[in-house]
Amino acid sequence: MEDRKRSVFISVLKDALNRVFSGGPFYLSFLSLFGILFIAGVTSGIYSIFIAGSRHAYGTYREIPLALLIATYIFFVVTSTGLCLVSSIGHIFGVQDFMPIAKRAILLSVITIMSGFLVIGLELENPFRMAIYLFASPNFSSNIWWMGVLYSFEVVFLIVEFIFIMRNNHKVSEAAGLLGIFFGVAAISNLGGVFAMLQGREYWYGPYLPIFFIASALMMGCAVIIFFTVIAYWIKGDTIDGPMTSSLKIVGKLTILMLAVIMFFTIWRMVAMTVGGTEKLLVLDALVKGPYAFNFWVLEVTLGMIVPFVLLLWSKGRRIGIMFIAVALMIFSTFFVRLDMVVAGEIVPQYWEMGVKEFSQLHTYAPTWKEILVALGGVGFCGAAFMLGEKLFNGFREAPGVEEAKIGKADSEL
Amino acid sequence: MIFKPLDKDKIFEKSGNISELDRREFLKIGLAVTGIFAGGSIVSAVSAAEKLFPRGTYAEKYPYKPHYSMVIRVDQCIGCRRCEKGCVATNAVPDYGWRTKVLEREVPQAIGQKREFIPVQCNQCNNPPCVRACPVKATYKDKANGIVMMDNKKCIGCKICMAACPYNARYFNEEKSAIDKCDFCFESRLSRGEKNTACSVTCPADVRVFGDLSNPKDRVYQLIHQLQKPVWVLKQETFAKPNIFYMKG
Ligand code: SF4
Ligand code: SF4
Repeated sequence: MEDRKRSVFISVLKDALNRVFSGGPFYLSFLSLFGILFIAGVTSGIYSIFIAGSRHAYGTYREIPLALLIATYIFFVVTSTGLCLVSSIGHIFGVQDFMPIAKRAILLSVITIMSGFLVIGLELENPFRMAIYLFASPNFSSNIWWMGVLYSFEVVFLIVEFIFIMRNNHKVSEAAGLLGIFFGVAAISNLGGVFAMLQGREYWYGPYLPIFFIASALMMGCAVIIFFTVIAYWIKGDTIDGPMTSSLKIVGKLTILMLAVIMFFTIWRMVAMTVGGTEKLLVLDALVKGPYAFNFWVLEVTLGMIVPFVLLLWSKGRRIGIMFIAVALMIFSTFFVRLDMVVAGEIVPQYWEMGVKEFSQLHTYAPTWKEILVALGGVGFCGAAFMLGEKLFNGFREAPGVEEAKIGKADSEL
Repeated sequence: MIFKPLDKDKIFEKSGNISELDRREFLKIGLAVTGIFAGGSIVSAVSAAEKLFPRGTYAEKYPYKPHYSMVIRVDQCIGCRRCEKGCVATNAVPDYGWRTKVLEREVPQAIGQKREFIPVQCNQCNNPPCVRACPVKATYKDKANGIVMMDNKKCIGCKICMAACPYNARYFNEEKSAIDKCDFCFESRLSRGEKNTACSVTCPADVRVFGDLSNPKDRVYQLIHQLQKPVWVLKQETFAKPNIFYMKG
């Protein structure tokens, strides 16, 4: 029995490997590119933390201790929860049109959360101490402690959910999925809390971030699943048709809705800042016409909101190519939203109000190459894992819901 | 333009709004807000409590024993920065970090001295944001003396405490592979029987008065509870409840 299981496993793996190697030149070159990025990122991170010292290798410093790598981590983990939410709409709450994307969304949710862990693991100065003292010396009032715990739970439930959905055991998968959502939403609102509870940081402080993160997660979940589904079909060499077409159409609609929500969030946050304290005014100034104006107006607002919004409306959920460009822009832009959110919270010196010489200018931050490589390492891991996943699970050919939806359709046609 | 971020008058105006809540908070630690000062609120000797109770009974209200505090007589500072050097030498502070720093401000409108020096350091907050934020209790408030200390071996280097501290008092020390910050020289001096901090000892102008806020005989106590001169703290609005007090004279 055991032997048979093993031989089945080996043959499945062999098949998958065969599919990988016969993926064609495009597939293989992208896979290698991502693989190289991953290895380069991990090497750079290990070198920076354990050999060179982060002070020499990374662009962070006393006044800007959190920056690109934290932003990349947030980018990935918020996306992960978003994917988990999007997958649940179909596979847990039973909305048929969301069924075809469910399996891929769960796998991507696992992959993106792992990418986030990878990046933060190469950001912490002493990742090994964390493994001990998170348990040995917990601080229940710390958001970072809760972050560690909630995300660990989320990832476990996501993996269980994925394994069981692949084995078509929907009962277990749904239960795990529900727990996954619970921990996911708790984790990302708590992640907002990491920043929102720092009373010494006016720009972050307050209930905005936890709520914004949840809305932003759902938007990213939609965008990312559209993005990867389209690529998955390129990899398969199939055209998107049948239930997947209507699925993408409806996910596209949800994307527009969430994008609109995020636009209003952003507008109101900016408006509210005009009547905030000194720090808020300075940050607002930096974003609107200071050193972050390009990031804000071009990368965040134009490329991340206006253009995708127009494109998505224009595509009417049917023109997949246009939708693809729109969501690709959104994903790209969201990265900068995270980066600006993290860095802008730290640019105003703590002693600004005293008008002292030492702190009379806003702090500046520029990532180093080693830091950028680590962030790209996360992207590499995410990309490579996705591409391998597509081959390993054979492009989710029997995605749940595809069959059912087909049958459903056939039934209704009768 | 709709706003002027650098409008200093506005800033002062803002710190002038000391709410009833603030007043009450200060009363809790024994101080009354009596006025405002650039960048900080003036808190001063409280006397409501002291008129009711004799000295000494009131002192018990300070949460720690000894309740280590420092009064910085800021106008006496000549900017020699010997305190910085004393701190570096005593606490092996590397050249890329600092535990205490003397900040400099131009005051063109002043009569006489046109420059002002403001020493800053960890405020050993009574409600320390760094301690709340640390996931592994690598930084903690000592139950006996109120000093915010580090347990280096636990620090995972997440640096959230650096972001949390309203006073920029923390930095990552490579040699220790942990965050480093002012501990009122607890490790280097107090725990070895010394009574004063290195910065206070090296200051030639008697700017830094270190002592026990819970002891009415202590100079710190007396400076804070005198009635003539205003006393204030930095960034009172963050509710960190600092233990470094500033005054003139
Ligand atoms: S000043 Fe900063 S480091 Fe010191 S206790 Fe307060 S928050 Fe913590
Ligand atoms: S850097 Fe160290 S001391 Fe600071 S919060 Fe993280 S674990 Fe705690």
